[in-house]
Amino acid sequence: MSINLPKDPTPIAKVPSTENKTGGWRTFRPVIHYEKCIRCYICWKFCPDAAIHFAPPEAHESPKEALAKFDTVEINYDFCKGCGICANECPVNAIELVLEENFRGDEE
Amino acid sequence: MKKLTIPEEEYMLPGHTACLGCGATIAMRYVLKALGKNTILSIPACCWAVIPGVYPHRNLEVPLLYTAFEVTGAAISGIREALDALGKEDVNVVGFAGDGGTADIGLQALSAAAERGHNVFYIMYDNEAYMNTGIQRSGSTPMGAWTTTTPGGKKRMYKWEPKKSVAEIMVAHHIPYVATATIAYPEDMISKLKRAKEIKGPKFFQILSPCPTGWRHSPDKTVEVSRLAVQTNIFPLYEVINGKYKISIKPKNPKPVKEYLRLQGRFRHLTEEEIAMIQKNVDENWKALLKKERCSQEEE
Ligand code: SF4
Ligand code: SF4
Repeated sequence: MSINLPKDPTPIAKVPSTENKTGGWRTFRPVIHYEKCIRCYICWKFCPDAAIHFAPPEAHESPKEALAKFDTVEINYDFCKGCGICANECPVNAIELVLEENFRGDEE
Repeated sequence: MKKLTIPEEEYMLPGHTACLGCGATIAMRYVLKALGKNTILSIPACCWAVIPGVYPHRNLEVPLLYTAFEVTGAAISGIREALDALGKEDVNVVGFAGDGGTADIGLQALSAAAERGHNVFYIMYDNEAYMNTGIQRSGSTPMGAWTTTTPGGKKRMYKWEPKKSVAEIMVAHHIPYVATATIAYPEDMISKLKRAKEIKGPKFFQILSPCPTGWRHSPDKTVEVSRLAVQTNIFPLYEVINGKYKISIKPKNPKPVKEYLRLQGRFRHLTEEEIAMIQKNVDENWKALLKKERCSQEEE
């Protein structure tokens, strides 16, 4: 049996890892309580999975009028692994870790 | 509108395969935010060799050349010289290796690259053991730590040799820039990287990157542990520019090192006497660092 190698057999990894939905690893789901969130972006800054992104100011409620002009944050549950760093670092405890089973219907 | 303290651009994609709460991943995220898209990385065997995912996956928006464990220093030297020959002098060339691949296996290639004076960055992300292969001790594992090759027990010991000071080894190479950093202080890390970017020649960074898997702490504590490392003086943040030391953060009232140790399962076995011994060691190292800062500034 012969193996036909391409002309340049150097493997180049070209497919973005975003194909790999690591959200399935999660035991705890971080849930943002927007009525507390002061839009400081500390959670965004420390997320090891770059799973927190910005959303327009009006996308969520704000605890104070003065904060309502700033962008807000959202968690991408396709990728968040549930490490809890965001919840641990949030200065106003706006992020709650909830067991993932609470979000699934009974399979029976 | 938003007020950010670090660059917004993201060059590290999600979907990677790092453990949850991985400190080394946060380190890479900041390094690329600081250096930008015009960067080429080389990574040897280490956690970061598997984090991007299996072929054909990638999780970085910049080119990455995988290399063998011991040759990161040689690989980045080659990339640099090739780019210079092509006239592409504005590209950042970065070696990104773990502590095993830096303090132990890759030390000679790093030393040679530094001595030859190539215009490169070498970043040691220090998670204080061979984590990717199952938490074996490295030269950078701290005193008193449990690892799978220093498991403790009646006959076999925990790791009691002091942590090798790789940053100091690099200072002894008389390169223009050496710094320590850690993930709890991204603004500090990024400003150092940007400062280093303006300097031609070898630039070395040692970035303390807590590892929940190997340090046996809860994954949500990664940033907290990193912060405590600085607040207890067990991992001081400083930079050495052309031989001149400058301490970046001097904690007003340093916390007892016990607070740092007690968050981590790898130090669970430590007795009060052993903790006191580690504290003494930390205090001595801190005093020595203050002295180096004073002496090197006085020479002016
Ligand atoms: S739990 Fe971890 S992975 Fe998920 S959003 Fe928070 S910091 Fe990111
Ligand atoms: S850290 Fe907390 S307050 Fe700050 S943006 Fe995130 S959720 Fe909001």
